[in-house]
Amino acid sequence: MSSVLPSVLSDTALIFGRYARQTLRSKLQMFFGVLMPLLYLFFFGPLLTDVPLASEGSSWQVLVPGLLLQLALFGGSFCGFGIIVEKQYGVVDRMRVTPVSRLALLLGRVLRDAALFTFQAVLLVLAAVVMGLRAPLGGILVGFAFVAVTTVALSSFSYALALKVATPQEFGPVVNAATMPTMLLSGLMLPMALAPGWLDALSHVMPLRYLVDGVRAAYVGDYTAASVLYGALVAAGLAVLAATVCARAFRRAAA
Amino acid sequence: MAVITASGLARTFTTKRGTVEAVRGIDLTAERGEILGLLGPNGAGKTTTLRMLTTLLAPTGGSATVAGCDLARDPAGVRRSTGYVAQSGGVDPNVSVREELVTQGRLYRLPKAEAAARAEELADALGFDGLLDRKCAAMSGGQRRRLDIAMGLVHRPAVLFLDEPTTGLDPGSRAGLWELVRRLRTDFGTTVVLTTHYLDEADALADRVVVVDQGVVAAEGTPRALKTEYTGSPDASLQDAFLAITGRGPAPADTIPVAV
Repeated sequence: MSSVLPSVLSDTALIFGRYARQTLRSKLQMFFGVLMPLLYLFFFGPLLTDVPLASEGSSWQVLVPGLLLQLALFGGSFCGFGIIVEKQYGVVDRMRVTPVSRLALLLGRVLRDAALFTFQAVLLVLAAVVMGLRAPLGGILVGFAFVAVTTVALSSFSYALALKVATPQEFGPVVNAATMPTMLLSGLMLPMALAPGWLDALSHVMPLRYLVDGVRAAYVGDYTAASVLYGALVAAGLAVLAATVCARAFRRAAA
Repeated sequence: MAVITASGLARTFTTKRGTVEAVRGIDLTAERGEILGLLGPNGAGKTTTLRMLTTLLAPTGGSATVAGCDLARDPAGVRRSTGYVAQSGGVDPNVSVREELVTQGRLYRLPKAEAAARAEELADALGFDGLLDRKCAAMSGGQRRRLDIAMGLVHRPAVLFLDEPTTGLDPGSRAGLWELVRRLRTDFGTTVVLTTHYLDEADALADRVVVVDQGVVAAEGTPRALKTEYTGSPDASLQDAFLAITGRGPAPADTIPVAV
């Protein structure tokens, strides 16, 4: 067993390197994902500055954590598109006939995704600072960590789904059907503290609700809040579950 | 000594409309340095058989060993000593030829320098040495096919599986590919299993032919023996033997629409 772990690590580095180089070559891929949260930041953010949000801190400290998780939610969930195309080219099978670790085929890809969306999160926060965000550095770093872990979880689920469906035409609608309600029910745009009781209760079944609450607490410097701990636990649990499901999908991937 | 032995290899798919028996029980063997042709109508189970023998698809029945490794118990061993070239190839058109070859070498656990040297060596041997730094999309069909095969050879496998390697190639490229397969056998003793729809290809290239129909082996032997047995003459075409084995003659004249 002693030789198994290093090979998982070196295989992961190899797969990560391949996809990271592809991303670095594509300016579109590097920057396009951050466009939607940026639009919300510029054109939705200013509407909130004088609105009572039933939360600590400024409206930017409430909105930016939501936009960070929105970036991870949509970015991560659509990662599977890439592998559908690769499957059609035969790239997935050509890697699976080699002795490469099946887990590394997943980890190399999702680590690239995590790096990409964390990079975009940095751009988003820089723009938010220009717009008026003031938050403690520790909170901002916690926010980036949540983006990375959330991306790992969602892109893993996305790859698992993409390995199962045959065409992009099937993949898109399924992902849309999952992401839109997730965004609305997690209180990413406005905090659920504003919601009537039934909506607030419903939102507690969405894992992302705990994550955004955690990042919002960190953004006002409240690092010891229970919500930060719950958020971290839910994020980590989600990532482990997703990676397990997806690694199995890579082992079995039929056609 | 047999490099490949399969017995009763079977695969059933479960679909919404019930179960489909893609492969119902294939027995086959291949010796070291043998070129084995897998023939059969569309949907006969040739690709499914190759996907099982390369560990891409788990069999639902039967067993096989490839290069001394049991398919079920030691899939990693099978992967180390086999190469597989799918119908669709397996390179990303937007990535450079060199990057694809080096990555594949590294996935087969070659050290970095060796993988780089092997990419040069294969490009040289297969005649696309000037194209290493071009994108795969920039290659012609024949060059692409040679790259696909190079991808399956980076780790000098004992067994090479080729799924319809010459489909879509011009006659010159096809002849070049046949020559390459023969060279692999004479220079390295590589066992090559290839599927094809071109009966002249099987006739010219394969030492032995296995005809698969409806998921089972319908006939096997040297092209000459099959022709003699099924048409009564060693001078007949393999096409005639194939049609006799699978019982699929040309469509009767009156079923062909005059106008569409």
